[in-house]
Amino acid sequence: MIQLEKRPQPSRFWSLFTPVIAVIVTMIAGGLLFAALGKNPIEAIRTIFYDPLFGEFSFYYRPQLLVKGGPLILIAIGLSLGFRAGIWNIGAEGQYILGAICGAAVGLAFYPTESVFIFPLMILAGLLGGMLWSMIPALLKVKFGTNEILVSLMLVYVAEQLLASMSLGLLRNPDGHGFPGSRNFQDYPSGHNTEILAGTGLHWGVAAAFIAVTFAYILLNKHILGFNIRLTGEAPRAARFGGVNPTRLTILCMGISGALAGLAGLFEVSGPSGQISIDFNVGYGFTAIIVAFLGRLHPIGILLAGLLMALTYIGGEIAQANLGLPAAAIQVFQGMLLFFLLALDLLSNFRIRLAVKGAA
Amino acid sequence: MKLTKLLATAAVAMGLATTAMAEKTKVGFIYVGPVGDGGWTYEHDQGRKAVVAEFGDQVETVYQENVPEGADAERAITQMALQGADLIFTTSFGYMDPTINVAKKFPNVKFEHATGYKTSDNVSIYSARFYEGRAIQGHIAGNMTESNIIGYIASFPIPEVIRGINSAYIHAKKVNPDVQFKIIWAYTWFDPAKEADAAKALIEQGADVILQHTDSTAPQAAAQAAGNVVTFGQASDMGEYAPFPRVSSIIDDWAPYYIARTKAVMDGTWETKSTWDGIGAGMVGIGEISDRVPADVKAEALAMKEALASGEYHAFTGPINKQDGTPWLAEGETADDGTLAGMSFYVEGIEGDVPN
Repeated sequence: MIQLEKRPQPSRFWSLFTPVIAVIVTMIAGGLLFAALGKNPIEAIRTIFYDPLFGEFSFYYRPQLLVKGGPLILIAIGLSLGFRAGIWNIGAEGQYILGAICGAAVGLAFYPTESVFIFPLMILAGLLGGMLWSMIPALLKVKFGTNEILVSLMLVYVAEQLLASMSLGLLRNPDGHGFPGSRNFQDYPSGHNTEILAGTGLHWGVAAAFIAVTFAYILLNKHILGFNIRLTGEAPRAARFGGVNPTRLTILCMGISGALAGLAGLFEVSGPSGQISIDFNVGYGFTAIIVAFLGRLHPIGILLAGLLMALTYIGGEIAQANLGLPAAAIQVFQGMLLFFLLALDLLSNFRIRLAVKGAA
Repeated sequence: MKLTKLLATAAVAMGLATTAMAEKTKVGFIYVGPVGDGGWTYEHDQGRKAVVAEFGDQVETVYQENVPEGADAERAITQMALQGADLIFTTSFGYMDPTINVAKKFPNVKFEHATGYKTSDNVSIYSARFYEGRAIQGHIAGNMTESNIIGYIASFPIPEVIRGINSAYIHAKKVNPDVQFKIIWAYTWFDPAKEADAAKALIEQGADVILQHTDSTAPQAAAQAAGNVVTFGQASDMGEYAPFPRVSSIIDDWAPYYIARTKAVMDGTWETKSTWDGIGAGMVGIGEISDRVPADVKAEALAMKEALASGEYHAFTGPINKQDGTPWLAEGETADDGTLAGMSFYVEGIEGDVPN
């Protein structure tokens, strides 16, 4: 008989290796799924994981990995701080939208003036936009004890309506023949989030993501705030006795995650996406939650997880177009990844014992 | 080397490769929804299948569904071009700028963007005159309503949708001077829950005819549950709700256009074009008018369809005033395409404002 025995401490070995095992198990289960759909599983898995990196057109896909992974990493880093302290900001998607709207609005207000100060101002506006949106659930939580999960999630839908209204009203391109959507930042040099090195996909948002990873690493390992965050998550009572102010911590964690999500939105709207439109948000804020957990809420882990997630997106698209895999199958495949990761968490928290029946 | 240069080199290489093989024309499709949405994307995919049926072994088609508009679209289109597509149809308004961007990098690939307004040397645009179908709908609706209240589930306040409301209203008013339009903006193209709510709200406000510019069948189901409410299919026939509540429909039929453009690429005669076809060219289909519509109304509707198809009648023929009472079209004058394409005002008689 198999018995589960709770470990006194989560196993370090297993928490490092379960993500790797989860990926391998996902490949196997995904392969079975693709085989059931009548596709060659080896070819499908190779298309998803190998082609974007080393295939014929990898010169195009490799930079795209950064473009797709950048916002995921940036948002996930912010979320991970709160998650570690048990503060659940589920509404990063809304903060991402607000960052984009505020940043774009500042940029468009200056159109067509050209100046080097415009882009930095847009960055600031994007950061503040996301942060202020996250302050709503944060303040409601600390003042009235509302649940930040629900409030932040509901605010995503409010943000989406605001986005539609902006695309159709205030920020609509006056030269757009009445169609929804703002001017395109790709045609406005001062407001354009360009690639820092042409052809690499490395735009300012990706750079910001790398900076965020570094700062989060230092914060968590060297700074008292990082210690307080970890302590609050692992032993809330001890933290309170230790003088950690939960109100401040909530506001801080929500604020940082909102600001980073807002930044991600700003860099996306002024770069790869180019414009505010009704369908501007494509779920980065939600996918980032998966990335944060896939990366074990650890900055380096999140960096790798973000890139892995981007790989499954881009590889998945290639598999769709080349092998005729339905989009839903790719989504199931991505879902499997999270599922197996959470399931395998069992190994880091429990020890599996083969016990003789009756002996216990 | 710069990316654009690399891409161009790759494109040229692919171009050479395809000429060397010189048999299959590869046609790609980028879809905004799933092929099984039963509406917009479904009809585009029917068009793709028609291309396969028409040319058989001479073509290879590829498609990617659920492609978000924006940066992801640009990648999806680029990836199709890299994989050697000769012709790519991008079938949603939001793919406009991405299509233009990718087209710059692949001068030898032909692009076709649906419902937009930007063209270039290798980008054509195409759309359908759905307002012609709305005219027929308005005619039937005006005759069928007993409460004189017609409900309209609108999607987004863009010219396409506003044109449809105006066209339906003008023709309903013509046969029923007491008719009133109640418009709900759903701010979605496809959201069964929202659409059902909108339909129920309209029915509660006394509407006994529901027109929809959203793609799901939820309003049909809501009308069916209410019992005595008339509906029309949108984008596809929605024939499962015939003969009642669905009494007719507007069907998008992209097949003739897709076949013609694929043929043009095969023959090397492809040129940049702005196509805006209606009932006449077969791009807009009118689903069978069911027997619940009185025979004389049905006959009039079919006569109008003929007249619209032949060009003898234009759905926007004066005298028509704008909502604020200022004259728009004089007696006998017809609307020009430029005004129609950017239409952002209601015609006289419609209550409420275009949301802004």
